[in-house]
Amino acid sequence: MLRIECPCCGPRDHDEFRYGGDASVTRPAHDDPDPEAWYRYVYIRTNPAGQHREFWQHVTGCRQWMVVERDTRNHAIASVDFARKSTVRKQRA
Amino acid sequence: MARYSAFSILRNALSGQKNWQRAWRAAEPKPSYDVIVIGGGGHGLATAFYLAENHGIRNVAVLEKGYVGGGNVGRNTTVIRSNYLLDGNTQFYEFSMKLWEGMSRALNFNVMFSQRGQLVTAHSADQLDGFSHRANVMRLNGIDADILDREDVRRLVPYLDFSDTARFPIHGAIFQGRAGTARHDAVAWGYARAADGHAVDIIQNCEVTGFLRDRDSIVGVETTKGRIGAGKVGLAVAGHTSVLGVKAGLELPIESHVLQAFVTEPLKPLVDHVVAYGADHFYVSQSDKGGLVFGGNLDGYNSYAQRGNLGVVREVAEAAIALMPCISRVRLLRHWGGVMDMTPDASPIICPTPIDGLYLNGGWCYGGFKATPASGWCFAHTIATGKPHPLVAAYGLDRFRTGHTLDEAGAGPSAWLQ
Repeated sequence: MLRIECPCCGPRDHDEFRYGGDASVTRPAHDDPDPEAWYRYVYIRTNPAGQHREFWQHVTGCRQWMVVERDTRNHAIASVDFARKSTVRKQRA
Repeated sequence: MARYSAFSILRNALSGQKNWQRAWRAAEPKPSYDVIVIGGGGHGLATAFYLAENHGIRNVAVLEKGYVGGGNVGRNTTVIRSNYLLDGNTQFYEFSMKLWEGMSRALNFNVMFSQRGQLVTAHSADQLDGFSHRANVMRLNGIDADILDREDVRRLVPYLDFSDTARFPIHGAIFQGRAGTARHDAVAWGYARAADGHAVDIIQNCEVTGFLRDRDSIVGVETTKGRIGAGKVGLAVAGHTSVLGVKAGLELPIESHVLQAFVTEPLKPLVDHVVAYGADHFYVSQSDKGGLVFGGNLDGYNSYAQRGNLGVVREVAEAAIALMPCISRVRLLRHWGGVMDMTPDASPIICPTPIDGLYLNGGWCYGGFKATPASGWCFAHTIATGKPHPLVAAYGLDRFRTGHTLDEAGAGPSAWLQ
């Protein structure tokens, strides 16, 4: 079992989380017309045997999406952080 | 190579079993080969065998980083079937089934192929309709398939849950009588011995650490036993396809995930077929030793660790009990994990690559064992001729770019959901 140190809820079993895949790929702009960019975003993965940045969502906890840095060879977790670093509330003008 | 036969068993029994030969030589690498196949699993060994047998290419080495049969060929649940729906898969897996039917004779090695039949249970009228569609596709391709109703299933496998309290009542099943199992270690050993009989060098404990290049072409490999030249290099390394792919400069649509398998303590004969649960991911057969061999879903996150987590053990046990309440008290003897190279459509890749001299056989997901002979046959053809065998024309690396994916499960492009 993995134990993920949720920044909101503390250390939790990974069964509480939903896996969201490789966090190192970036989505092309919504109106990007280049099929190659979309192909790479949807399909191409580096799939490292080692440190891997990946999304997990704490579905049965705070429901926040996290970026977890984990070694795919031994599951040692190096860091956990919110995927959306901080939600800056826009102040009313 | 001495042939195995009833006579050889008798002769060796009379001489105290002291005169058996090694099944294959402990080869050391030569400076160069016509073809190097990386990966001494079922697919790599079968490829080497068919390169020699079908194409007359005998100056071949198989490089294995561990020992023959230590990877996924010795970690799977040994199920063999050809009940695929999509064009490209249907014909390829049936070709594989035909090779299985002649394998023990072709290799002079008993792979204990047992065509005990496989059924997948259906738990709604709609699911049974879907299975009828699949069965019709199979029959149109000359593959045996039957649709069973609830009473047929009860007669065939009475130990499933037919009670009023079953979580997902059984409506029927799709059945393929020619499906079954084989002794997976014997498949690796049989191909290794037969390839060795064609003078193929099988080099164990020889890990490939890099590729030798001449301009843009690959002309050999760097290994833990030194540099070895090669006219052509074929990759057949299952879960580690990306690791070597990156070294070669390939960009791949592959993620590595762990799949667990399980075996219980030995029981008296109970499960006479291969049974798959249509309401969840669970499939079971009984080994000749009596253990129930079964498996379920992927662990669900990228992993190169050949071990799984306990959450999946619980999920698989829940599915097992929902289908077969009678095994609730049976104890688990062992469970283990294998690293799967998952593609985004759960179909494999066999093709020449954009890199000159490099050929790829990978992305077998959790379904590589049943494909072993056809994979070797078609990959050998692809390496020998430089062009994909017609049966693997749909398994090109390009299909993801062009939109011609073969998504049998319809699960979409997240590898861990396939």
